[in-house]
Formats: sequence, C-alpha cells, structure tokens
Amino acid sequence: MNGDSVLQVNDLQISFSTYAGEVQAVRGVSFDLRRGETLAIVGESGSGKTVTAKSLLRLLPEANTRIKGGEAIFEGEDILKLSEQRMQKIRGEKIAMVFQDPMTSLDPTMKIGPQITESLKKHLGLSGQKARERAVELLTLVGIPSPGDRVKQYPHQFSGGMRQRVVIAIALACDPQILIADEPTTALDVTIQAQILELLRELQQRLGMSVILITHDLGVVAHTAHTVAVMYAGKVVETGTLREIFYDPQMPYTWGLLSSIPLPTADRSQELIPIPGSPPDMADPPKGCPFTPRCPYAMRICAEEMPGYTTFSAEHKAACWLHHPMAPNVEPPVRIGDAR
Amino acid sequence: MIRYVARRVAYMLIALFVIASITFFISKLLPGSPFANPKLTPQIRQQLFEKYGLDEPVTVQYVKYMLNVAQGDLGNSFYFENRPVTQMILEGLPVSMFIGVQAVIFGLVVGLVLGIVAALRHNTLWDTAAVVIAVLGVSVPSFILGPILQYWLGVKLGLFPIAFFESWWHSVLPSLALAVFVISTVARFIRSEMLEVMGQDYTTLARAKGLSGLAVIVRHVLRNSLIPLVTVLAPLTIYIITGSLVVEQIFAVPGIGEQFVTSIFVSDYSMILGTTLFFSVLFILALLIQDILYGIIDPRIRVSGAKE
Amino acid sequence: METRHRELTPDLFEPTDVRAQEGERIAGPPTSFWKDAWRRLKRNRGALISLGVIFLLFAMAFAIGPLLSPYSSYGQDLTRAYSGVSSEFWFGTDKFGRDMWTRVWSGARVSLYIGLLAACLDIFVGVVYGAVSGFLGGTVDDVMQRVIEILNGIPYLVIAILAMIVFQPGILTISIALGITGWTFMARIVRGRMLQLKEQDFALASRSLGASRFRLVWKHLLPNSLGPIIVNLMFTIPAAIFGEAFLSFIGLGIQVPDASLGSLISDAAREMRFHPYLLWFPAAVFCLLMICFNLLGDGLRDALDPKMRK
Repeated sequence: MNGDSVLQVNDLQISFSTYAGEVQAVRGVSFDLRRGETLAIVGESGSGKTVTAKSLLRLLPEANTRIKGGEAIFEGEDILKLSEQRMQKIRGEKIAMVFQDPMTSLDPTMKIGPQITESLKKHLGLSGQKARERAVELLTLVGIPSPGDRVKQYPHQFSGGMRQRVVIAIALACDPQILIADEPTTALDVTIQAQILELLRELQQRLGMSVILITHDLGVVAHTAHTVAVMYAGKVVETGTLREIFYDPQMPYTWGLLSSIPLPTADRSQELIPIPGSPPDMADPPKGCPFTPRCPYAMRICAEEMPGYTTFSAEHKAACWLHHPMAPNVEPPVRIGDAR
Repeated sequence: MIRYVARRVAYMLIALFVIASITFFISKLLPGSPFANPKLTPQIRQQLFEKYGLDEPVTVQYVKYMLNVAQGDLGNSFYFENRPVTQMILEGLPVSMFIGVQAVIFGLVVGLVLGIVAALRHNTLWDTAAVVIAVLGVSVPSFILGPILQYWLGVKLGLFPIAFFESWWHSVLPSLALAVFVISTVARFIRSEMLEVMGQDYTTLARAKGLSGLAVIVRHVLRNSLIPLVTVLAPLTIYIITGSLVVEQIFAVPGIGEQFVTSIFVSDYSMILGTTLFFSVLFILALLIQDILYGIIDPRIRVSGAKE
Repeated sequence: METRHRELTPDLFEPTDVRAQEGERIAGPPTSFWKDAWRRLKRNRGALISLGVIFLLFAMAFAIGPLLSPYSSYGQDLTRAYSGVSSEFWFGTDKFGRDMWTRVWSGARVSLYIGLLAACLDIFVGVVYGAVSGFLGGTVDDVMQRVIEILNGIPYLVIAILAMIVFQPGILTISIALGITGWTFMARIVRGRMLQLKEQDFALASRSLGASRFRLVWKHLLPNSLGPIIVNLMFTIPAAIFGEAFLSFIGLGIQVPDASLGSLISDAAREMRFHPYLLWFPAAVFCLLMICFNLLGDGLRDALDPKMRK
C-alpha cells in the first residue's frame, strides 16, 4: 500500500490575531499523505487539527489569519502560495472537504440536487441532464435510497446521517484526489458513525482517493487509518503507521491517549488512566515541549526546549527528550504491551 | 401549509373584529353625531336612523355597525358635508399610495445596495460609512427631514416644488423624506443578515467546492439573507402609513394622511374612526401577506415534513 | 535526534516537577461574560460617546437646562417675539416671545419621560409577561400568546389615536396608549428566550438539585436573558420617543402651551423659511437623542452577542 506521496506538508505555521493577542494555532506541522491511503490526524480540541485542515484549502478567515510559514506541496506546487483563482480550481476538483456538523453544512434553502451539480458545472462543465444524472449516481454511491426522488428535496428533509452522506457525495462529485474529512462522525450517533466510516473506507478503496481524516477518537483511527499523526498544542508529536502507533508508540502523550481508551481485550482489573490537566493556552505557548506539565516522565530540559524528532523507521517519528541518549530508559505503561 | 395560511387568516379576522368593536364602542362614547346636523332633511334623517338603528338597543346597533363595516360602509363624515367616509378614503388613497410605494421601492433598492456593500466590505471604510448613514437615517425622522428637504432642495435650490400634487415632480420630495428611513432599515437589516450567513458552515462549504467568491455570494449568501427581509414588510407598511400623516402635512399633499389629520383637528369623529379602522385593515393585511409570503419563500416552511 | 546548538548536560535530564505551575498558567486574565461584554463595548467608541451624551442630555433636561435659564416655558412677551439666537436667549424665541432654550429642554424632559416609561413598561410588564408565558408553557402560554398576537395586530398609532379621542390629548393619553402596546415586543423576546433556556441542561440541573420554579426563573433563566432584554430596551426607548414626537407633531400629543420636541418641530416647520433657528435646536436635541440610543443599542447588541466571541 505504499504509494508515493500525494501531499507533503512541511513546517506549517499558522497564527490568529485576536483581542487577546496572537494565538499560535499551528506551530510547525509536517506530514506526508500517500496516494490511496488514509492519514488520521489525532488530537484533543484545540490542538490545531482543524486549522491545519482548513488551511490546506485556504478556507480560514482572511481577516485575522496569517500563514506564517511552511509549505504544502501538491502536484509539484506549494498550494499555500497559490492565487485565489488557482485555489478555486483545486477546491472541490482536486482536494475536497467534509465538515463536522452535517446539520449546518448544507444550504437550507437550496435543493440537494443543485448543491451537488454546482460543483459538477463549475469543474467538469457538465450541465442539465448529464449533471443531474451524475448527481443521482453520486447519491447512490453514498448509499442514499431512492436517489431520484431525494435529489429534489431540501436538506431539512434528511436526517443527520443522510445529510453527511450528501456532503460526502458533494465532496466526491468531481473525483478529487484528496478528501479531507474534519471529524465527519463526531456529530452523529454511534451506529451512524460506523456506517459513515464504513462508507468512507469503501469509497477510498473503490476510488483510490487519499484521505486525511481528522478526529479525536482513537476508535475511529483504528478503524480507518493507514498512517497516523498525533498532534498536540499545534505540533505533530508523533507520526507513524497504524501498527507502529498502536503497538509501539514512542511518546508519552501517545501512551496517555492509548491508556485512556477502554480496550475490549483489557482485563477488568486494569484502570483507565486519563491524562490529567488540560492543553496549554495557545496565546502564550510554552517554549519547551508543550506536554511537559501533564507528562509523568517530564525532565527539566522538557520545559526549556523543544525536542527534535527521532526517526524509528521510514514512517515512524516522534519528538521527545526521552529518546535522547542522555535520558533515562523508560518503559511505556504496561497496557500497550498487552494489546499486542 | 394550508393550515398555516388558514391560521393566519383567522388571527387577522379576530384582530379586525376586535378593532372594529373597539371603534364602535368609542363612537358611542363620543359627543356629537351626524344626526345633529341641522342641514339634514327629515327623510335622510329617517334613513340614517334605520341604517344605524339608532332608536334600537346598543346590541342591535353593534350588529348593524359590524355588518355595515363588513360591507365597506364606514359611516359619513361630520365635517365634509356628510360624504361617506369610504368614498373620501378612496379618493385620497391613490395619492398616498403613490408616494408611499415610490418611497418603498426607492428605499429598498438603495438600502439593499448599501447593506450588501457594507457586508461584503465588512470592517472597512465602506462598512462604517454605510452604518453611519443607516444610523442617521433611522434617527432623523421624516418630520424633521421633510422641512429640511423642503427648505434646501425646494426653496433655496429651487429644484423641486414644495407643495401640492400636480405632477410626478411634486412627489419626489415627499417620497424622499419617507425613503430615507426605509433605506436605513433595509441596509442595517440586510447587512446583519448577510454577516450572519457568511459565518455559517454552508457558506464555507460552498467555498470549499471551489465556487468563485461571486458565485458563493449570489447563489448562497444572498438568497438566505433576502428571505428574512420579508419580515420587514409589515413594519414598513405601518411606517408608510404613519409617515404619510406627517409628509402630507408638510408638503400639503391631498392624500389620506392629510384628510386624517384635518379630521382630527375638526373632531370629525366619524372620519377619524373610519380612517383608523381602515389603517388597521391595511396593517393587518400587510402582516398577513408577509406571513404568507414568508411561508412560500422559505422552503423549510413550504415543504415541511421529511420522507424517511 | 537532530542536533541542537545548546550544550546538554546530564542534570537537565532529571525528572522535574514543573507541571504544577505551568499547566495551570492561563494566559490573559480570567473573565466573565459581563466583563467580556463591557470590554467589547468599551472598544466601540460610538456607543461609549452615546452613553456619555445620553447622560449629558438627561442632566441638561432635568437639571442644568432649567437652572441656567431665568425664563419659564410659558412666559410670553410679544415684544421679543422671533428674536434670534442671542446671549440672552441662547436658542432664540418663538412667535410668542417664549424662550426657546427653556422650551426645548422642557420638550426634552417629556421625551425622556416617555422613554423611561417605555423602558419601565418593557421591564415590568413585558419581561414578566413573557417570562410567565414562556416558562409555564402549555395552555397558559397559548392563551397569553393569542392575546399578544391580537395586541400586536393593532398598531400603536391606532390605539393612541383612539385613546386621544376618548380622553384628552396629552401626556397621560400617550402613556396609556404606550402602556397597552409598547411592551408586546419585549414579551415575545423574553418568551422566546424562556422557551429556549428552560430546556437546557443547566436548568434541568438546577431543578434536579431542588430549586423551586421561582428561583429557577429569577436566578438562572432571567439573568441569562439579560442580553436580549437590554438590547431590546435600548431600541424601545428611541421608538417610544419617536412615537410621542410624531404624535405631537401631528397635533395629537402634547398640547399647547406645553412643549414637546415634536410640537416644537411642527411649529417650526411652518416657519422654516423665515426663522430656521426655531427648527434647528429642537431637531438637534431630538436627533441627538435618537442617534445616541440607536448607537448604544447597536453597540450593546454587538457586545452582548456571544457569536462574536473569538
């Protein structure tokens, strides 16, 4: 499954200017998206994942957002520097996005059909009959029954799960190479969640799309991702393949994340270990490793300086002072080994 | 949908009923009557007695009154030689409507442009300018604006006639005096609606589809912002009605407003009550039309119920 | 690991207890909803200036204005009729020789009184009505709402005129008319909020802790409705002031020889050609009042609107 890289993000830095000063939402994020694979970006609320995603399509409000640095290479170009004209060609056509809340993602006063065909008309030049047929096809593709009728209805006539499917249909309309799904299932019921994730997986296999899946739910990650990037406080603290992250994580935050979810294989006597404390305030980010206050293994250097990345394999990298030769040897919490 | 309309109509009828009743009871409380007029011949007097049932108990009078009103008979004016109130209203109506409708159309167009520009250029000079104009427009009422316009544009610069209604040119200043408020209200309204819509998820999604900025605005933002504009209809109607009272006074235009104010001064109760009732009907009708229109335009109301 | 410039010594790798302080450090001072709103309001210069001007106008109308003038609002002296602005008559005199300064401030008092009356009606009738209706729900709500719908259908103007006919035109009648119709909008707003809030989790939590219904409304639901209540208040006041001026303008409101800004403007409009100053002063005071309340209302709405929080 090791395709070549379809999107390379290097050292992305984004800040907002607010009344409280400058908020550094993203402070040096890098990752690679390979063709035909799903990259899951995991992190708590406020870790900067949504901002990263939106920035790829330059959907952040221009008034107070600044992309301070970094690049995102797609088809040989840095899409962060393209003109608005060129971006419009990419959005929807080459890179598409699905948002979190299906209840507010669709225009309430426009029928579903036109919302899909808008894209088709703009990018593929389809019109009239052809566009409508394709819209119905897409609805079938995402699993909506009686698509011929449904296509003439309004969003409020659909349930949440159905609306999300419609949003996915819109995203897929022009056969994009990359689909960015920002917490696509967070606002849905658990059973519907499973359906949508299954749908995404199916579609990915069928269409050969590359997917960036943003989530805070490790269960979702386990189900759908090939590679994982763990974000904390605006930085990627660890990245690797699914197996590597789940079975051989190298960073205390990742350990913490994995320990705090219940595993069906776990024995009842074991505790769930939540991570105490909360993420730092991005208006005044710490100068060292941001996880320090909550890290059980914190050392003095952690608070003073950011660790660099240590490479463990072709895919697997983590940033933690524990990997420095001078650091003491530390055993990860027992639970992870058990899950193997 | 039908139910929605039916309910609205029912409320309208109840409100009208209540107002008509109130009008009736007030008329009973008032001194003077059309029948004290010495110019009436005995036959006419007899006719009137029968028509209004004045020698019969109040309840019968009430019923007769309501029936009369339902047929459009609002009684006769005390002051203007017993002419039927309805007739006088219908004479003055076209003039007032002309000025009023003109003001609304002009106000809508200018207001929309102003408001849309302000929203699109949010937080820039355009926005601030538009907001300033809007606030001024709302704060300087027609009865101040009217005289000022009359003075500057009419007298000093001699551009427009300042009184009476002999040509279209005559209607410009009165309509303008009324339009300023409309411009302000519409501009503020559409600006705030647009700002809200532009912050919605579906607007971002539209951009994410790769639509050009213009397409996003025209196809998604505008439609969602304009729909609520319908709710401005009824208040505007009331504004035009009350505004006409003022504007017609200032510019000596022979419309309903002017009639009404005169009738107040001469205590022509019949005329006053009749016109008041008429105004109420207008307003309630406007409310009804607004509600129905809203139901038609907003698909969430028009097409209700989901097929699961 | 990638190389660093800094010299790394073994002692840096000892476990540390930095977390206790670092983790809980919050950038920026703690803030509540109201402080936040106040801060936002402060940034809106227009609104602040308006607030100041309103206070000033209040002071002028009720205290300073009358104090500074030796003349009464009614004292006629035809010999000095129509004298323009002078050091003796700061706003000039009208056709009866009455001092305009005094009359303008007298009119301003009337306007401010009406504004305050409207505000009180809004609060004591509108809020209570809306709160009761929204909170109790069910049939009570239905009935109360029907009443409002009907009241709403009858324009204020109509009631005012009818009241005017039955009673004598004057400040009392305007007050009565306002009393009948002026609070309905506020009632609707508060009812809407009640319906919204009472289903929210914090209300349920409060009730499950044993709070009485009254306490729930008074301590939880109403405070959370203060935002829209205040904003609406700021707009009813100028509307009421406008209504009174309007009625006085067409002769239905304050009667001679009392003064209302509306009647002063009405008189002045007729003589604009020759004595424009008669219009400027009352018009200026009136417009100032309207502008300030509107700006303040706008500013408060922006400040209290949680959606604007970034």
